[in-house]
Amino acid sequence: MSEVFVIVEHRLGEIRDITLEMLWKAGELAQKRSYNVTAILLGHEVSSIAETISDRADKIIISDDEQLKNFNADIYKEIIAGLIEESKPSLILIGNTAWGMELAPCLAVRTGFPLATDCIDITFRDGKLTVQRQMFSGKIFSNVSFSSSAGCLLTIRSGVFPKDRIGDRQAQIVQREFSLKEIPQKKDFIEFVETAAGDVDIAQAELLVSVGRGIGEEENISLVRELAEALNGLLSCSRPIVDKNWLPKYLQVGSSGKSVNPKVYVAVGISGAFQHLQGITGAGTVIAINKDPKAPIFRAADYGIVGDLFKIVPVLKEKVLETKKG
Amino acid sequence: MDIVVCVKRVPLTEEVDLAVDEHKKGIKKDQLAFVLNDWDNYAIEEALLLKEKYGGTVTAITVGSEEDEEVLRRCLAMGADRAIRIEAGDVSRFDSFGISKILSRVVKDLPFDLVFTGVLADDDYCGMVGMMMAEELGINHANMVTAIEIENGKARTTSELEGGLGEVSLIALPALLAIQTGINEPRYVSILGIRKAAKKELKVMDLSELGISDEELSPRTIIEEVYLPPETEGAQILTGDPDKIASDFVEILTKKGVMG
Repeated sequence: MSEVFVIVEHRLGEIRDITLEMLWKAGELAQKRSYNVTAILLGHEVSSIAETISDRADKIIISDDEQLKNFNADIYKEIIAGLIEESKPSLILIGNTAWGMELAPCLAVRTGFPLATDCIDITFRDGKLTVQRQMFSGKIFSNVSFSSSAGCLLTIRSGVFPKDRIGDRQAQIVQREFSLKEIPQKKDFIEFVETAAGDVDIAQAELLVSVGRGIGEEENISLVRELAEALNGLLSCSRPIVDKNWLPKYLQVGSSGKSVNPKVYVAVGISGAFQHLQGITGAGTVIAINKDPKAPIFRAADYGIVGDLFKIVPVLKEKVLETKKG
Repeated sequence: MDIVVCVKRVPLTEEVDLAVDEHKKGIKKDQLAFVLNDWDNYAIEEALLLKEKYGGTVTAITVGSEEDEEVLRRCLAMGADRAIRIEAGDVSRFDSFGISKILSRVVKDLPFDLVFTGVLADDDYCGMVGMMMAEELGINHANMVTAIEIENGKARTTSELEGGLGEVSLIALPALLAIQTGINEPRYVSILGIRKAAKKELKVMDLSELGISDEELSPRTIIEEVYLPPETEGAQILTGDPDKIASDFVEILTKKGVMG
């Protein structure tokens, strides 16, 4: 029976959500195509992580070694390439994360397997593996198939599949040891650093007014700040604003910044890259203001205002102040 | 410090309506403006900053047609010492596997301490050429790099992880680093600057010179079809004059209990 490998991602002793999402998709494929689901868990003192997923895989291959305490793409690559050689899985699922995107391309070259990154769905069309992806900042979708190969590598976008358990499985645990000393350690882990620490915690806000690339110039940010202040909300922003150094990192909403869960999130001049949308899945109501009616933010928002933010935002602010006066 | 930076010319698609081409394999590009991929702009800037600090050379390299020389000229105007374009005919027939093979073959024969790519390209969003090149070249690597310091022949890098965490690593050179946006503030390039840079060396190599077999370059992934995003319910659009829109806006906020 053919196998799906799921590479378990974990950090600082905790399983990452992407792992559960990949296991859900692997489980769903397994039901349709009678695959076995094998989780590959490389780490140190990871028994609690194995426990978490023991009813989501048919097999968990664990390698517990102090050298595996922190992620290292070179060591992961060598071990996984060896396991692929042994078991010949049809599919290998890896998170489309910073670590996954360091590992997967190296593994593709090493094994010669095709690789599709940032997949948002996996389907079979006439028995042929086909994945869905997005291009051009989410404005175009594509269906991608593969040249004939014993197996395929896929990296999976975070947040597109449920974290739930699917099907009824009881994993067989297989402990493995690898002679890691023979693998040249090319990169030394030094430390983790907090890059988004600051005085204000936007994750706690009830109302956020968020500014994006559409604001054009740094001095225009005051326009959005004034709306936030009128509403007694906090100002936050999307990545391009932090990249330009206009606002500090701790105000950034998105996968590389903060995930927020306000009652209302007002997105001003934000196009809605998926990394940004991943940060607002917890928001109650999303109101987007953008001049591009095709901007992906309108697909994620509950309410939209299509138009020039420089004309609209001051009117909104005045109306808010007027209403508050009663 | 010799640094090779791999760059790509991509269409500007923000606030533009995209249309699928007749073969449904790509988008119509005749009406689009093209720019240096945003991530690559940061990569070139980072290479120039390191060169200013430690000396050495910066070489910009791309696989593409004569039109793609526009982004190499821009890199030269920013301060790169030389540029290389690899002429490979219709580039759309390659996937990232093929492009990384071509780039690696050329980079292998150049003197380098560091190779930079952008984390992603704004068009296909694949994000794999950099790490594939590292594996092809057999050199050390780091992804999503947001800070670089050079110390004793090693690079101390910070990689951006999810959720506001950075991972600091020490990597022996030579190494390939995939550069993330925001690592620096790319310098401005004037039209005059681009004109002045026209005198700098821009070498054109032909794919046939590289001795890579067609089989090695054959794509592993095939784009079967591209299409516009499926219709979803999407947002309820507020319409009317600005005053009406503002009233609706306030009403929504009131209903959600955040107005008082």
